[in-house]
Amino acid sequence: MPSNVFDSANLPDLLPLYYRRLFPFSLYYRWLTYGGLQKNYFQNREFSFTLKDDIYVRYQSFSTQTELEKEMQKINPYKIDIGAVYSHRPIQHNTVKSGTFQALEKELVFDIDMTDYDDVRSCCSAADICCKCWTLMTIAIRILDRALREDFGFQHLLWVYSGRRGVHCWVCDEAARKLSVAARSAVAEYLSLVKGGDETVKKVVLTDPIHPFIRESLAVVEKYFTQYAIHDQDILGQKESVEKVLALVPEDILLKELQQDFQNERKPENRWTQIRNQAIKKQGAAKKGQHFEKEIMLQYCYPRLDVNVSKGVNHLLKSPFSVHPKTGRISVPIDLEELDSFDPFAVPTISLICEELDRPRRGEEDEKLDDTKENEKDAAERRKIRDYKRTSLAKYVKHFDQFLAQMAQSWKGDLLKKSDLQKQF
Amino acid sequence: MLFSGRRRKVNLNAQSELYEHAVQFYVQPPLENISLNEFETFAVERLKLLKTIETLGVSYVKLSEQYKKKLESESKNLNFPYRSETDDRKIPPGGLSECEKRRKDHISHFILRLAYCQTVHNPYREELRRWFIQQEVDLFRYRFSELHSKQKLEFLHRNNLQYDAISAEEKSELQRELIDSTYGVSGITVEQQDFYKVPFQDALDLVRTRKVYLRAGYAYIPHQDIVTIVLNDFRTRLSKALALTARSLPAVHSDERLQPLLSHLSHAYVGQDYSVQKNVGKFSLEQVDSLSGKSFPLCMRQLHQSLRENHHLRHGGRMQYGLFLKGIGLSLEQALQFWRSEFVKGKVDADKFDKAYAYSVRHMFGREGKRTDYTPYSCMKVILSNAPGQGDHHGCPFRHSDPELLKQKLQVYKVPPSGISQILELVKGMHYQLACQKYFELTHNVDDANFSLSHPNQYFIESQKILGGGKDLKREADVPQRSQEAAGGLAEMSEDLDSFFQDG
Repeated sequence: MPSNVFDSANLPDLLPLYYRRLFPFSLYYRWLTYGGLQKNYFQNREFSFTLKDDIYVRYQSFSTQTELEKEMQKINPYKIDIGAVYSHRPIQHNTVKSGTFQALEKELVFDIDMTDYDDVRSCCSAADICCKCWTLMTIAIRILDRALREDFGFQHLLWVYSGRRGVHCWVCDEAARKLSVAARSAVAEYLSLVKGGDETVKKVVLTDPIHPFIRESLAVVEKYFTQYAIHDQDILGQKESVEKVLALVPEDILLKELQQDFQNERKPENRWTQIRNQAIKKQGAAKKGQHFEKEIMLQYCYPRLDVNVSKGVNHLLKSPFSVHPKTGRISVPIDLEELDSFDPFAVPTISLICEELDRPRRGEEDEKLDDTKENEKDAAERRKIRDYKRTSLAKYVKHFDQFLAQMAQSWKGDLLKKSDLQKQF
Repeated sequence: MLFSGRRRKVNLNAQSELYEHAVQFYVQPPLENISLNEFETFAVERLKLLKTIETLGVSYVKLSEQYKKKLESESKNLNFPYRSETDDRKIPPGGLSECEKRRKDHISHFILRLAYCQTVHNPYREELRRWFIQQEVDLFRYRFSELHSKQKLEFLHRNNLQYDAISAEEKSELQRELIDSTYGVSGITVEQQDFYKVPFQDALDLVRTRKVYLRAGYAYIPHQDIVTIVLNDFRTRLSKALALTARSLPAVHSDERLQPLLSHLSHAYVGQDYSVQKNVGKFSLEQVDSLSGKSFPLCMRQLHQSLRENHHLRHGGRMQYGLFLKGIGLSLEQALQFWRSEFVKGKVDADKFDKAYAYSVRHMFGREGKRTDYTPYSCMKVILSNAPGQGDHHGCPFRHSDPELLKQKLQVYKVPPSGISQILELVKGMHYQLACQKYFELTHNVDDANFSLSHPNQYFIESQKILGGGKDLKREADVPQRSQEAAGGLAEMSEDLDSFFQDG
């Protein structure tokens, strides 16, 4: 039985195998060419690689899929990052006049990292995650995915597990790729509710009336809050964590009442009900701080974005299907249809899929006949497709393929128009 | 703007026609000839106005009563238009008529365009360019807001600004969303006014602050907020115009009367940038701890403390604190040693430090990457950009801390209770720099700090002056506060500009 256990010492042996037989180059290339609608879109894209011993190589670029493939199979990067599409080929960035080399376009990206939730999760801290806190990522994806689609009108969102403790989102719509820095930061700020660093206790402050976006986001949090915050994180159980929650209660009188209520009530669910009741009572009376129970929910559950990653056009982000060098897990696209059952610990490691490759094949004989008819290059390509299909990577590659197919639908119209113009019927 | 010798006589009639309206979109450059003297005064005074706008924008809510009052009086002082009506009946002796003020507004705007358009390939100049655009946009916002609604419509017509209004059906269908999302509208006001549907990219200010309803990529903007779209247009046009102007610059460069003046003007927005290191090596690393208690502003003291406690700072903190330290005179070698010795006490070993962090320290000193010598952050930058997130300690403590925590911190630092409440009062009014200045006065035992705080490194220098840097004090006192009287020769003129920028 192949195991998912990974030892980073094996990476130098595993990576060549992964890049030679498993990495989905053709889909990857298809993604980054975006239907070939814009000239040199792939050629001017920056890739950067992290090699063994944290050696970092920036401004790599490739003219064809084969060139990318060859280079990656040669240097076997520990990590792959994707940057912007530049005005010139990034590999030549030193040869063009300084200042004219500029980042023009990039997907709108979001990076959500579990370490940013350290003040509100009790199960783990820093780089550690568990099934309990993973719910935070589920909530984050639900909230952002809805807002990006319904509020901003984007359609092509690729959600990717980062390989360790977070998720990334790549918004691939043409309009998103062309956004200015100012627009990116406006979007990111629209989506940010939790504000303030270690010097701020109360990080969410709502004003009346509640914006539809916040209302929709709260509806998502509602679905998960009791199970996640009250049960799994037990935020109203232990004295210490109760105090943290009560620090967010706006008024002293209210606070005293709640403290008294809690003396006689030990059950966390009931305590939460008491907080809710107090809030409802409050909503009739005062203007200020009337939404404090919502503020508590959001402070504990609302997605915490790294705004700086989203802002910059030239910011690099770890590529899908890159290996996480510490955990060995592949950065796989997440299928939102199955989001609630997505388990980061079930994501295959490079060790697992390489081992799966070595299992005996079945049904090989039938296909061999067909192979002889094709030329050799096609055969190699098809062998590779068969390769990943025999591993646990298959379903993630399939999802990626579906994502690309959907995107291709959207530019079909554009391509038709273009060929009409050229009168090629 | 024309620089060739083409002459054109502008008669008074044409002028009053040209300047019929108080608010301009600055589409047509001025075509008349002006004297060098006027050129300079106009430019310097507009710059002064823009600086006021910047300061007011930090101290007050934009377009609040106080903000408008102060801006009006500053416009008045500097002889810029501040009323939407032409009322030439009461011109004070020596003052300008409304029409002349509008002419000055027009010309000075185009002079500063010349000064600020040169940004190519230089991040510092790029920042200046953005500064200029921002202040011009804010000035325009203020002036537009002062127009009556009829004048606003006229303005839109005159400049061909047309936007699509949504149908009554769509409006009633979306009524609840519009009320809940649009700033300051109720059921009645929704019905009464038009809503415009524009791509969200055209209303970024409203999107950013979540003061507008968004659906499927479109922002629904009530007529009362139409200024947002107009501003967006203004910003886009100005930005494009600057790029165009930059291309025609060689012509200006060859004009030896204008070139030095323009280059002075454009550099002159933050006063000193504290990137020039006069004191390199003046302090030893052992002194940093004691200096941080005595002479660091609160933001840096906070960063220093958390660095010592956690043996780590995240990126935002490293930049803010690292550049500050560079500004007070740490050399690159000292800086590397400083960060390394602290980080290795934590989770980072020396090897990892050299690989992952040393680069960014050298980068700060302009020894890596684009080789830009980065300048220490000003208060404005600390307050307005890159707010701290989870795990961060950077930012301005007066702006980014909870008042309760700020209070505790000030108590720990032995600020007397009466002083603390004064500071908290200033913070409440959003006067963060004044709050910091108060903190300076209290911790240095002076009644009046005698400077206007705009930069953490300035805080440090002023503190050192008081704490015994008698030498510096004397040197500074030698510089007389010069007035802005127009000077004859160009050399003198630039010197005057210098003094203006120093005391700004």
